[in-house]
Amino acid sequence: MTTTLTDAPPTKEPDAPPRKARRRGRLVPYWLLLPGILWLVVFFALPLVYQASTSVQTGSLEDGFKVTWHFATYWDALSDYWPQFLRSVMYAGSATILCLLLGYPLAYLIAFRAGRWRNLILVLVIAPFFTSFLIRTLAWKTILADGGPVVGALNSLHVLDVTSWLGVTEGDRVLATPLAVICGLTYNFLPFMILPLYTSLERIDGRLHEAAGDLYARPSTTFRKVTFPLSMPGVVSGTLLTFIPAAGDYVNADLLGSTDTRMVGNVIQTQFLRILDYPTAAALSFILMAAILVMVTFYIRKSGTEDLV
Amino acid sequence: MSPPRAPEGAPPFLPSTSLDPTMTSAQEHGGDVRLTGISKTYGSFTAVRPLDLTVPQGSFFALLGASGCGKTTTLRMIAGLEEPSSGTVHLGEQDVTALPPYKRPVNTVFQSYALFPHLDIFENVAFGLRRRGIKSVKGQVGEMLDLVQLGEQARKKPHQLSGGQQQRVAVARALINHPKVLLLDEPLGALDLKLRRQMQLELKRIQTEVGITFIHVTHDQEEAMTMADQVAVMNAGRVEQLGAPADLYENPRTTFVANFLGTSNFIAAEIAGRSGDDLTLKAGDGKLTLPAERCTAPTTTGGKVILGVRPEKISLTHADDAGQIPEGRNRITGRIADSSFIGVSTQYVVHSPVCDAFEVYAQNIERDTRLVPGVDVVLHWNPAHTFGLDAAQDIEAGVEKVEEDASA
Repeated sequence: MTTTLTDAPPTKEPDAPPRKARRRGRLVPYWLLLPGILWLVVFFALPLVYQASTSVQTGSLEDGFKVTWHFATYWDALSDYWPQFLRSVMYAGSATILCLLLGYPLAYLIAFRAGRWRNLILVLVIAPFFTSFLIRTLAWKTILADGGPVVGALNSLHVLDVTSWLGVTEGDRVLATPLAVICGLTYNFLPFMILPLYTSLERIDGRLHEAAGDLYARPSTTFRKVTFPLSMPGVVSGTLLTFIPAAGDYVNADLLGSTDTRMVGNVIQTQFLRILDYPTAAALSFILMAAILVMVTFYIRKSGTEDLV
Repeated sequence: MSPPRAPEGAPPFLPSTSLDPTMTSAQEHGGDVRLTGISKTYGSFTAVRPLDLTVPQGSFFALLGASGCGKTTTLRMIAGLEEPSSGTVHLGEQDVTALPPYKRPVNTVFQSYALFPHLDIFENVAFGLRRRGIKSVKGQVGEMLDLVQLGEQARKKPHQLSGGQQQRVAVARALINHPKVLLLDEPLGALDLKLRRQMQLELKRIQTEVGITFIHVTHDQEEAMTMADQVAVMNAGRVEQLGAPADLYENPRTTFVANFLGTSNFIAAEIAGRSGDDLTLKAGDGKLTLPAERCTAPTTTGGKVILGVRPEKISLTHADDAGQIPEGRNRITGRIADSSFIGVSTQYVVHSPVCDAFEVYAQNIERDTRLVPGVDVVLHWNPAHTFGLDAAQDIEAGVEKVEEDASA
C-alpha cells in the first residue's frame, strides 16, 4: 500500500496526496462540527452571557438597564423567594418519585413481558405528545374538578383525609392544591421517566435472570440483586430528565394550582413578563440553574452510576 | 488417547481439597437424573418429543446434536428454566418437575456465561452461597478462585476478563454450590479452538475429581466423545442413540448417528443369503459380508439394507496387487478421484460403482506412492467392521449439519 522500495516503473505515487488536500481532509471533522457549534453559541452561550449580564444590571424599563455589577439582586431574590424555591424542589421531587414508582413497573412490563405488544405500548407511552402540553394540562383541570368523579371516589375512599393530613390537599377539593400540581407534573413528565428506564431494562440480558434463579435467587431477590442494580443508569437518567424540567416548570402550578402553590418557575415568569424586573428574573434563573447543577452532581456521585457498564 | 493431563499453562483446576465434605452423603442420598416421558412443545412446534432418559449419578453425560435438535431445551427442563409440556424430572428420589429453578439442587454453566456485569468476580462466585444465607463466604470463594487461578482477579468486573477466564468464573460460580447435577450449556462454544481443547480436559478432570453428575450439551461431536462417559445423540427432538462414545462410533444404529459422529461410507445392498452368523449381501456386481449381529435392519433374504463402513477401517491396494489381499475381506473396486495429505494420514476419495465418493483414511506408515488420483484400486476391509442399517432412511442425514458446524 505504501511506497515501493524497488525500482518499480515510475507510476503515480499513491501515498502522497498534495499537502493542501491532506490538510483539508484533517479539517473536515471541524467543518462538520461547525453548524452544531454555531447553534450552541448563538442559542445557548450568547443568551447565557446576556442573561448573566442582565442579572447584575440595575435600572428600570423607562430609564433602561445598565450593568452596575449589582450582585445584591441575587441575595434579594433568594431571600424573597426561597419558599418558592423550596416548593419547586419538593413538588419536582415528589413528582419524580411518583414517576419512578409508576414508570418502573410499566417499563419493566414493556421490556420483559409485553412480547408482541411491546411496540404498541411504547407508542401509547409517547402518544400524549401528539397533543399540546397546555391542552393536556388543562384536561387535568376537568379530571380533578371539584365534585367530579375522581375527587368523589378519592373522597369516599378517604384518600383525601390522608392527603389533607399530609398537607397536600385542603378539605374535599384537589384542584388548586399542591396535590393537583404534583399530579400534573407527574403526568406530564412520566414518559421522560419511562423511556430511559425501558432502554436500560431492555438492554439487560434475560439470561442473567435465569442465572440468578439458577443460583437460588427467588424472583424478588433477582429483582433486588440483579435487575434493579443493572437498571440504575435508566433510573438516574429518568429521574434527571423528570426532575430538572419539573423543577423549572410553571405551567402546572399556573393551571392546576393556586397562589399558594407558586413554584420558582412562576416567579421567574411573572418577573419577566408582568413585573418586567429583568435583573431579578435573570438572577432567579441563575440560582435555579446552579441549585439544580449542585443537586444533580451530588446525586450522580451518590448513585455511583459511572461505575456501571 | 492423550493422557488426562492438561496442556501447559492450563490451570490446575480443582485439586481434591475442593471436594465437598458432604459429598459422600450426597452420593448416598443423591442418585440418577431421570427424565420420564418428558416433552416440550411451543404452539405447533415440537422441540422435544416425549423421551425417557436416565443419567447415572456421577457420570459425565453429553447431549449431542445439531442446533435446534432439542438438546438445550432438554437441559433447560432439568434446570427448571423451561416447563415441560409433559413428563417428569426426578433428581434421585425427588420429583422436581414442579420446582422453580431456585429450589432445585442443580446449577448451570450458561452458554455465554451470564456473569453478572455489575458484580465483581468475587461477588459473582459468592452469589449462590449468599442466596442460601451463608454468611461467611470469604473462605470458600477465595479457595474456589485460587483453584481456578483467578484469586488475583477477585475484584475485577467480568468484562475485564478474557473469554477463558470468564468461562472459569462461570464454572466456579456453579460448582461452589456443590450441586447434585451440573448442567453445561455449550460452555465452550465461545472459546477458540486451542482454549476449547484445554478446557475440555479441565472440565473432564474436575468432573472426575468432584464426582458430581455433569450433563453437557454440545454440537461438537469431538467434544462429546472426548469428555463424556455416555452420549445421547439427539435429532429432531428425540434421542437417536444412547451409549458410550466408542459404542456409538462403532455401532451406529441410524445413518444420522453414523454421519454425525465422524464420517461413514454407505453402500446400498440387498441381502442375498445367510451363512452361519454372517449375511451375504449383493451390492452392484460384488458380494459383501456383514455379521448378522451388526445389522439393525430386518435380515430377511431379498431385503434392502444400507451397509456402512468407517473410512479408517478400509485399506487401499493398487489394482495390480489385488491378488495379495487376504481371503475373507470385503472388497470393492474403484478409482482414486482425489487424495489429500493430512499429516498423520492421507485421505482418499474413491469412485466406485457402488458408492460415488468412498472416503478412505490411510495412515502414513508405508505409503504406496503409486496411489495417486486416476489409479484403479481395490478397497478392502475386515467384514467385522461393517454395519448394516435400515434402508428406509436418508443416507445424507446428519451430514450437512456436521459441515456447517465444522466451518463455524
